[in-house]
Amino acid sequence: MGILHDIGKYFLMIKLSFSKSCKKEVLYKQIFKEINDLILDSIQIVSILSFFIGGVVSIQMALNLENPLLSKTLIGYATRQSVILEFAPTFISIIMAGKVGSYITSSIGTMRVTEQIDALEVMGINSLNYLVFPKVIAMLLYPFIITIAMFLGIIGGLLAMTLTGVPSESYIQGIQMDFESYHITYSYIKTLVFAFVLATVPSYHGYYMKGGALDVGKASTRSFYWTSIIIIILNYIVTQLLLA
Amino acid sequence: MIEVKNIYKSFDKTEVLNKIETVFYRGKTNLIIGQSGSGKTVLLKCLLGLYEVNSGEILYDGISSKNMGINEKLEISRQMGMVFQGSALFDSMNVLENIRFPLDMLTEIDENEKNERALKFIERVNLKDAIEKLPSELSGGMQKRVAIARAIVMNPKYLFCDEPNSGLDPKTAIVIDKLIQEITKEYNITTIINSHDMNSVIEIGENIVFLKEGLKIWQGTNKEILKSKNKEVDDFVYSSELLKKLRV
Ligand SMILES: Nc1ncnc2c1ncn2[C@@H]1O[C@H](COP(=O)(O)OP(=O)(O)O)[C@@H](O)[C@H]1O
Ligand SMILES: [Mg+2]
Repeated sequence: MGILHDIGKYFLMIKLSFSKSCKKEVLYKQIFKEINDLILDSIQIVSILSFFIGGVVSIQMALNLENPLLSKTLIGYATRQSVILEFAPTFISIIMAGKVGSYITSSIGTMRVTEQIDALEVMGINSLNYLVFPKVIAMLLYPFIITIAMFLGIIGGLLAMTLTGVPSESYIQGIQMDFESYHITYSYIKTLVFAFVLATVPSYHGYYMKGGALDVGKASTRSFYWTSIIIIILNYIVTQLLLA
Repeated sequence: MIEVKNIYKSFDKTEVLNKIETVFYRGKTNLIIGQSGSGKTVLLKCLLGLYEVNSGEILYDGISSKNMGINEKLEISRQMGMVFQGSALFDSMNVLENIRFPLDMLTEIDENEKNERALKFIERVNLKDAIEKLPSELSGGMQKRVAIARAIVMNPKYLFCDEPNSGLDPKTAIVIDKLIQEITKEYNITTIINSHDMNSVIEIGENIVFLKEGLKIWQGTNKEILKSKNKEVDDFVYSSELLKKLRV
């Protein structure tokens, strides 16, 4: 009952965010601000994480493929597959549920508890359109972040292998092996789904929160909980639909 | 002028406003007073249209809130300004941007004119030296003045203030009260102020509505309230020991 109510309210929120639009110039300005806060400000942490994860993945692949009968190219192949299919889109999105998600929930939640949202409504401004819509649009650039994560993950693997003494030619050969472009398509479809979840679920938790400053922290925690669970479940569903 | 006709408002099962019937006059500082929890904020938010009333009707200079279409509602709400209890300034914007905000969002006038208009109101509330400051860098009294300027920058017909001087020292509180009163006269606005502060009642109470537990108990002016024979009003007015001693 409680969950059904929330789901209904969530979809209603999305509908309202896309209706009764504010002035174009205002929205452009908000979109640029959100691109800065949500996308550009995330590049650094995503880069560091994916570089090292790529390194660790390749080391573990190498450990499991120590059998001299197996070709070393498999390391590159397996690293590429794990990074492109799961680590970049899903793992990074869970991290982003923490970083971007808690930022969104706490900034909108603060506006709620300090009556800034009421102030917008009193002025006759559709506050959902003003606050949520630009975030959804900005997150259309999220695949850009995931591309960086894919690239740096694979480079991280290459570097780790060079340091462990695996010849880089065989790693590079590996990452070019049996390339299926459909996997990339699958990955980017997932990414766009996650982008939408990352923009809207934390907004929902901030927008409809009640209470004072202390509750903003609680709302952020709850927002992370739900955003990550929804991402993991959607990951399963999308994979089932597209790959199984 | 805002006429309130027999309104009821409840949340789920708790009744908050019960059969409120009153009038708020143009060009006057109308006060809604009463203890914390008596329903002042809810009444104000009903007048603002933020809450839907369960029954009854509100007339804005004769225009009824009943059966109002979305566009009519928007039209009326464009004529309202609101000063929130905690000021509700946008914390990522400086003073000028906060005051310009309604102009940016709702009007098509050009940049120069927007700045001119915003500056006129900034001067009116004496904030010329703080134009570039962020809300977090301002004192409580200055934040209130920014909130007042933001509320009147669109030349509203109706101005609502929810406990505008709560959290301020008594001297600043009176400055803010007086400022609101002056603006009300200058622009001939129907101003409605929530308060539980006896200082405001005496200073600017031109038309006072006294609420208790969601009921309107009494209505009158600041001169009348001191001589009211009503027991509940008396309890409220003379709740401070100092006033009791000064009582004649
Ligand atoms: N959104 C709401 N939902 C349920 N009850 C509310 C809501 N807003 C106010 N109330 C209740 O209405 C009563 C009056 O509140 P309020 O108008 O805020 O009082 P005050 O006179 O202090 O401004 C209180 O008992 C409060 O608990
Ligand atoms: Mg109140």
